[in-house]
Amino acid sequence: MSVSHDYKAMAPMPDDEQPLPVDSEVARTMAGLAEDVEAIYVASNWKLVWWRFRKHRLALVSGLVAIMVTIVALFPDFFSTQDPQKTSATKAFIPPQGIEFFDEGGLSPFVYNVEGKRNPRTLAMEWQTDETTKIPVRFFVRSYSYEVLGVFEADIHLLGVADSAGQTQIHLLGTDRLGRDQWSRLMHGTQVSLSIGLVSVILSIFFGILLGGISGYFGGISDLIIQRLIEILQSLPPIPIWMAFTAALPQDWSVKRVYFAITIILSLIGWTTLGREVRGRFLALREEDFVVAAQLAGCSQMRVIFRHMVPTFTSHIIATSTLAIPMMIINETFLSFLGLGLRPPAISWGVLLQEAQNLQSIVLAPWLLLPSLAVIVTVLALNILGDGLRDAADPYAH
Amino acid sequence: MDTQTTPLLSVRNLKTYFYLDEGTVKAVDGVSFDVYSGQVLGIVGESGCGKSVTIKSVLRIVEKPGRIVDGAMLFRPQKKNGRGGSGESDDFIDLVKLNAHGKQLRSIRGAEIALIPQEPMAAFSPVYTVGNQIIEAILLHQDVNKQEARQMAIERLHEVGIPSPERRINAYSWELSGGLRQRAMIAMALSCNPRLLIADEPTTAIDVTTQAQVLNLLRSLQQQHGTSIIFITHDLGVIAQMAAYVIVMYLGSVMETGPVDDIFHNPQHPYTKALLKSIPSVQSQSRTFLPTIEGSIPHPFNRPSGCSFHPRCLEFMPNVCNRRTPSLQPVNDRQSASCFLYHDAAEED
Amino acid sequence: MLQYIIKRLLLLPLLLFIFSVFAFVIIQAPPGDFVTAYIAELASTGSATDQAQIEGLRRLYGLDQPMHIQYLKWMGRILTGDLGVSLDWRRPITELIGERLLLTVALGLFTFGFTWALAIPIGILSATRQYSFFDYSFTVFNYIGVATPTFMTALVLMWLAFSHFGISVTGLFSSEYVDAPWTWGRVVDLLKHIWLPAVILGADGTARLARVMRANLLDELQKPYMEMARAKGLSEWRLVLKYPVRLAINPLVSTIGWYLPLLFSGSVIVATVMNLPTIGPMLLRALITQDMYLAGSIILIYCFLAIIGTLISDILLAWLDPRIRMEES
Repeated sequence: MSVSHDYKAMAPMPDDEQPLPVDSEVARTMAGLAEDVEAIYVASNWKLVWWRFRKHRLALVSGLVAIMVTIVALFPDFFSTQDPQKTSATKAFIPPQGIEFFDEGGLSPFVYNVEGKRNPRTLAMEWQTDETTKIPVRFFVRSYSYEVLGVFEADIHLLGVADSAGQTQIHLLGTDRLGRDQWSRLMHGTQVSLSIGLVSVILSIFFGILLGGISGYFGGISDLIIQRLIEILQSLPPIPIWMAFTAALPQDWSVKRVYFAITIILSLIGWTTLGREVRGRFLALREEDFVVAAQLAGCSQMRVIFRHMVPTFTSHIIATSTLAIPMMIINETFLSFLGLGLRPPAISWGVLLQEAQNLQSIVLAPWLLLPSLAVIVTVLALNILGDGLRDAADPYAH
Repeated sequence: MDTQTTPLLSVRNLKTYFYLDEGTVKAVDGVSFDVYSGQVLGIVGESGCGKSVTIKSVLRIVEKPGRIVDGAMLFRPQKKNGRGGSGESDDFIDLVKLNAHGKQLRSIRGAEIALIPQEPMAAFSPVYTVGNQIIEAILLHQDVNKQEARQMAIERLHEVGIPSPERRINAYSWELSGGLRQRAMIAMALSCNPRLLIADEPTTAIDVTTQAQVLNLLRSLQQQHGTSIIFITHDLGVIAQMAAYVIVMYLGSVMETGPVDDIFHNPQHPYTKALLKSIPSVQSQSRTFLPTIEGSIPHPFNRPSGCSFHPRCLEFMPNVCNRRTPSLQPVNDRQSASCFLYHDAAEED
Repeated sequence: MLQYIIKRLLLLPLLLFIFSVFAFVIIQAPPGDFVTAYIAELASTGSATDQAQIEGLRRLYGLDQPMHIQYLKWMGRILTGDLGVSLDWRRPITELIGERLLLTVALGLFTFGFTWALAIPIGILSATRQYSFFDYSFTVFNYIGVATPTFMTALVLMWLAFSHFGISVTGLFSSEYVDAPWTWGRVVDLLKHIWLPAVILGADGTARLARVMRANLLDELQKPYMEMARAKGLSEWRLVLKYPVRLAINPLVSTIGWYLPLLFSGSVIVATVMNLPTIGPMLLRALITQDMYLAGSIILIYCFLAIIGTLISDILLAWLDPRIRMEES
């Protein structure tokens, strides 16, 4: 492009030097232009990033989706219809029940009841919709009580049967082989899957900045060692290593311990990419004039690092990390799917999909695959969001 | 030098606009000039005045979202008589009307009109040798085999003054120094004996000593082969050395045209006058301010009304210069200027 | 360039040594050992063993010796080419792994070929026809492809094939060829079966690669040498293929270094779902049963394949980009 803009030149000419007669049109245009440019000139970096991000509509939508998923992850019980761990031998493999919204002309949502009969030949339960019985469904009902974020108790749920004391429940996504409600399990799985992704990435960032920073800023022996370490870790094939580590976790560990162990295992190899980038940035920044100036001004090393050097690439870290979260989610999902990651009674998307591990189960109950949609949508949204953030944060993109 | 009455290339009212999200940039807005056989035409102007876009338009390599929206570029192609020859046909082709990717235009590019780009480092691909790229140009337009092409390439490298051309032909562009690279680039441009050479600021990227060598080279080659050159630069000193005829551009329009001596000794347009005044001179008194042109180039989306130079013009006439846009008109028998000081003719629209 | 390759080859044994220690430690990490797991299995089926038998088993498998002795013994055997005996299958490991390893590598290479053959043209077309319908639909497919885990695609495709077409797409051979010796017929049968796992396995790799190709090419298309080549009179197709594609491919070649190993080791998931006779499912089972020599050997093999993959990509990169060659020499 042959056109260049010189924003500095947009400042209006000082009046006393102006050789032009005051032509109102020209003067007004110039003044107006100067104001606009002033607005761009003084906006902070974060504001600029936000403005650029706003233009990317798909990323905005993805951001909304990500926020919605996060809300479900924060308050899974609010969205659930029943206790996700509750089993019922008589209610195995119920197919998903759709909500009918109109009952005899009026807005009154309900679900048809299902009756189960055991097929004498295959011994499998077969379910028929019983259109004579209608189970009314209401929004914001009171049902089983739960803890909100571990702080206080509540018993309101987004939706559920109108008469929760009665026995019949609804199963929006059907049930599995133990009669557990898939919808509620999906809601709870969201909490675990999303949080594992987030925590792993946070750990990776921590290790990455710490080790990458030491390596890049101090150089010398520490740089040599850490660089070799990064190289070795990066040449390891991650999947077998993860499999081996997770298989090594003792069977008797509690869900919480397994959870944390898995986040650590996932981040052990995950930090290397960030570590390398951080190291590179620190190496380059060390020579920059503004860093030398800060040092000469008497800033302590901590201050130089955190106040001057790190802020130059925080937006980049945020953008790349947002892209790392969906990767971690997929990793945890497949590890649990193989039976190596989280185990029941923990609920994650991977654990849910473990029920759908072979062809026979899927043929019997294809709705067991539905959690995969949750994975796809969430990962898709996070990927697009991450892309959008990265484009907006990169000042050299245009 | 052969000055004929019909020009080799005649650009008439060329308009190239860029359609961006934020608005339309009129990079070239009604530019006309003629290039005669064997003549060196200099296009001079500040950054952003549209010189590069003009020559890219001539070669039809303007990138999207740019487009030629109006005008004609009449070019007299070679008469097809074996390997070149001096016969020129009497027909004109309008380069604007040709398909930008079509065979006809591609056979003109490189063979009849060649480009010496601004940055030879970036213009050579780093993964192929210099020789590979020169030979490619030769094979594209001439009916020779690989060995002959290689021989021709070596001869060209020798002609531009590259020592040990048989070795250098296998070098990569990043292995050569700046001056050698520029010479290699000239060799590539001349490899098919073009009749029109377009040099886009060929001396900007090199130091002054090398600059002198390159200019000498271009001059001698031009005299030897009788090539016409369109020479683009912002450096008035280089124009004085190289050009026979000059056009001065500002913000996409031509402000003044004329023979080089007249432009330098008798400038007509206020812009040309201001440019000449702003050249630092060894002879000027010390401790005096260097005259500059007030203000700076307007934002491309906010062109001044009327004459595009009027906000910075020392001879601005209120209610005249800001109301209508002057068109390029002769002011004497050799120069033309686009200024209401000399005539009253405005552009339509 | 030869120096470069030799330098890299010399590092191989060192890396393998480090990895072998790593692998061994991981295998040993779970409390208990194979015998404990074996006993647990026996117990769950109802039979019991007495203490003497347990000790006997331990001594037989060398499990009563300290860790480092076990490791040294293991490494010693490996260096002579003896991978040991699988405690679970009670057969020499080399025998067990042999064919599976071959199939793993075959699947990996096949997938790799498919990925590249598809991704490069898609990337080129997307970049040169930016913002066209093709480009947009590719972007959509790309995003979805990257977001969908491979095992998901595998499961869904298997289910669809079964429920709608009644065909079962598991395994790599039809029943008559499963244990047969290698004949041309067997190879053909393999080819008939391998394409589906290769497509599934390579789907997200293809998407990612095409996207990077597109991005790189878009960058290169802006560069000045493009303008120069056009000014010389080259036709669009020739100049796109000769210049920017050549440069845009370079960074892609460097991805082979981790993509190829990933294909080898990542196939474990698809292999488990589709019941393929590769070493992946075998590793899974070995880890669960704590069959440590088998697990350790397979992990070591994966590491080895990973290093080879990186080496191949480094060599390819040096060959493709003369600048790297010159810098190294």
